[in-house]
Amino acid sequence: MTTWPILSVTTFLPLVGALIVYLSRGDDEAARRNSRWIALWTTLITFAVSVILVMRFDPSNPDFQFVEKANWLATGITYHMGVDGISLPLVILTTAVMPFCIVASWKAITNRVREYMMAFLILETLMIGTFSALDLVLFYLFFEGGLIPMFLIIGVWGGPRRVYASFKFFLYTLLGSVLMLLAIMALYWNGGTTDIPTLMHTAVPRSLQTWAWLAFFASFAVKMPMWPVHTWLPDAHVEAPTAGSVVLAAILLKMGGYGFLRFSLPMFPLASHDFAPLVFTLSAIAIIYTSLVALMQEDMKKLIAYSSVAHMGFVTMGIFAGTMQGVAGGVFQMISHGIVSGALFLCVGVVYDRLHTREIAAYGGLVNRMPLYAMTFMVFTMANVGLPGTSGFVGEFMTLLGTFKVSIPTAFFASFGVILSAAYALWLYRKVVFGALVKPQLASMKDLTLRECVILFPMIALTILFGVYPKPVLDMSAASVQQLVNNYNTAVTAVKAAALLQ
Amino acid sequence: MSFSTAGYQLAPVLPELVLAVGAMALLMLGAYRGQETTRTVTSLAVLLLIVVGALVYMQPAGKQVTFGGSFIVDDFARFMKILALIGSAVTLVLSTEFLSDPSRRIFEYAILVLLSTLGMMVLISAGDLISLYLGLELMSLALYVVAASNRDNAKSTEAGLKYFVLGALSSGMLLYGASLVYGFTGTVSFTGIAAAATVSNVGLVFGLVFLLVGLCFKVSAVPFHMWTPDVYEGAPTPVTAFFASAPKVAALAVFTRVTLTAFPGIVSQWQQILVFVSIASMALGSFAAIGQSNIKRLMAYSSIGHMGFALVGLASGTVEGAQGVLMYIVIYVAMTLGSFSIILAMKRNGQAVEQISDFAGLSRTNPLLAFMFAMLLFSLAGIPPLAGFFAKWYVFVAAIKANLFTLAVIGVLTSVVGAYYYLAIVKTMYFDEPAGRVDPVRIEVRTVLAVAGLFNILFALFAGPVVSVASAAAKSLF
Repeated sequence: MTTWPILSVTTFLPLVGALIVYLSRGDDEAARRNSRWIALWTTLITFAVSVILVMRFDPSNPDFQFVEKANWLATGITYHMGVDGISLPLVILTTAVMPFCIVASWKAITNRVREYMMAFLILETLMIGTFSALDLVLFYLFFEGGLIPMFLIIGVWGGPRRVYASFKFFLYTLLGSVLMLLAIMALYWNGGTTDIPTLMHTAVPRSLQTWAWLAFFASFAVKMPMWPVHTWLPDAHVEAPTAGSVVLAAILLKMGGYGFLRFSLPMFPLASHDFAPLVFTLSAIAIIYTSLVALMQEDMKKLIAYSSVAHMGFVTMGIFAGTMQGVAGGVFQMISHGIVSGALFLCVGVVYDRLHTREIAAYGGLVNRMPLYAMTFMVFTMANVGLPGTSGFVGEFMTLLGTFKVSIPTAFFASFGVILSAAYALWLYRKVVFGALVKPQLASMKDLTLRECVILFPMIALTILFGVYPKPVLDMSAASVQQLVNNYNTAVTAVKAAALLQ
Repeated sequence: MSFSTAGYQLAPVLPELVLAVGAMALLMLGAYRGQETTRTVTSLAVLLLIVVGALVYMQPAGKQVTFGGSFIVDDFARFMKILALIGSAVTLVLSTEFLSDPSRRIFEYAILVLLSTLGMMVLISAGDLISLYLGLELMSLALYVVAASNRDNAKSTEAGLKYFVLGALSSGMLLYGASLVYGFTGTVSFTGIAAAATVSNVGLVFGLVFLLVGLCFKVSAVPFHMWTPDVYEGAPTPVTAFFASAPKVAALAVFTRVTLTAFPGIVSQWQQILVFVSIASMALGSFAAIGQSNIKRLMAYSSIGHMGFALVGLASGTVEGAQGVLMYIVIYVAMTLGSFSIILAMKRNGQAVEQISDFAGLSRTNPLLAFMFAMLLFSLAGIPPLAGFFAKWYVFVAAIKANLFTLAVIGVLTSVVGAYYYLAIVKTMYFDEPAGRVDPVRIEVRTVLAVAGLFNILFALFAGPVVSVASAAAKSLF
């Protein structure tokens, strides 16, 4: 068994790729082609390395694996990396989605290609690092560092209101995160270290739990995003280039859910229990309210952005239910939403590249000219609705099931989300794809090219595979989720028992 | 040494002696050979600063006291001195172009910088109120003249005069405070004051307040910041870079030493002042910078804000806080020198351009320059993984430990406001249409930029050693 630092290699390989892209000078067509190919190969190799992670991963072990530790800053702050069953699926999701993003930008991005590819590769490093960091300072470094490339991606290659959207994205997220930073400092003084595995077993006083939970919540709720701090998301999505939207929806949003699972539940179980009703309320509002808002949208990307907020509501609801089904469903829903919403943004990108508008009213009857596209879009629409047989169903069903055990009203109201999502998704699909093709500008629309098929078909396969056979993802995370849920319930019951004794 | 008596050794002041004698020698050289020696004098001055830095570095570890306790050399002093020397040397290097203009061939410039640096070193090592004042005045008097060194420019002259008048006022207040402290404690030495000032009485607190007012002037903390934007904007850019780096190091060092070693008995008295001053500085630095269109003025407000952040560490009054101040000032100096080398590089057709709108589209005309500046700006905003984040981490972590939660929360919130105006410059460089290429950048500016930029970007890799050095230096104060 070799002992090369496989996790660090996965994390920093894209950074090396970015350096190579930087060194390939020039701004002519050949240079652009070079940087595209370098970026693609980098992401593919990164994905290949991350597959080794999966093969060597022991799903029966609930603890962190592939652990690497090195001295970094003095006094309890170390370079500590590792993955468990909760973070590994997200790492794989990241490495798997990135090649699609590069290919999706192949033709769409023509100016400043080199910088664009570098921004994406650096972003990939930061995203993988976020999911595999086992030190709070290191985590914060990756978590916040991601703002810089994303800010530039939206601002440089975005749509007409890109400046507004990029500022809003950056400042909103930063505002939430600086409060978390203070909580990290408080935890540091409480535990004498920022080592995440150690802190998970460090008792945190009740009052600190409450404040720290709120501070972490401020950051993750914005990132997730939860109602009512979701307003940056539609703007960012609409203005970002297609691949930027994909990364945002598929991966960046998952950092919030991951944060809840990694920090809020294990480190502040009591506060999590106390605040669960708040999260349930916000999630239920998010599911119903943003679904209703989605019904009113005229822009395709905005509609999908609002539907993302609604779907993330299921994730938060499931996580804070604190039951096995809820948490496992939350993890699965994150993976599934990563694939489905990413694919939906790619689908919007396909027609946007042809017509350069995202207005729903500009389309109609595409099925006549683009049968392949209609089929692809159909699968993802159904997955978004949560039709049984697609991956969207498994996640929603499990989170609802998990929540029913804890809070019937929440589950009751959240179930409306399933109906509403059918309403807006099918409405979008009918407006864009069905009907007669009457608009003259659509008459020359071409069906999916080979490149687009290469991006979208694997995603269809995954959506349906995980829909009928979700076992691979569920098995990978089962042991870690079980441990998380057990620890959480033990902590909560202990306090309840103590309260009864008094 | 043969000529030393007990308590009056000269070995601890060797670097200062070398610097003083060297500055005199260079003055003679310039005076006898005339203005055409400017280049030689400047180069020799840089060399002299490097030699002095090496001497400081080679001084034995641990605490040495000389001149009857009025001059202290400890790890803290050596750390700050090396930093101040780096700041002075780099700004002298950056001044080469400014001094190469025939109308501005003034060899005195380098001499004044040397003398000012000597003042800083005395200030950093000050062990009593007399040497504090001596160092402060030596530093400031040279700075007043340097600010007005662009003699034909009205703004530069105005900046020098304004700085002089306000600086003299602050010196007066400091002296008044010092005399009150002396009157109520009966001693000028910091250790003596610390021994006497265990309980607060009105007269002592009065003196403390005036002392702090004088120091706040020097670090340009709100509400004694008014001179900063005008002086920064009016002074020639290399001089502004100088003002923003080395004197800030010295002033912050003496601020730290006075509060922590002379008044440890009445922490609660100065802590509330520092909390107020740092909140006011952070808030004003963030909000007032938003409306600025001149990059040097913006950097002035930015430096006011950064001094507020550094004082957050000091306000906690602990060894962690002192370490935070040290980390902050190291990183601040690197970021400031980097940013000013960019501002110096911004020339079109031989004319320096200073408006923020002049940076438009820089990422397309000069990608590397724009990238470096963007990274420096993100770092100034405190975004990880850049150096500025670590600076903020160490000051706020100290504040949290000292239970200064309100200060910490307000601090991080103002840093978000501050991020807005840094982002606005990034936006101008990256999102806007180009305003034309800038002239080729001179080699010395490029070198400084490369070193400062890489330090800033790669800081996370070598943060460990810096942290341990800063931690040792902070411990030497307690």
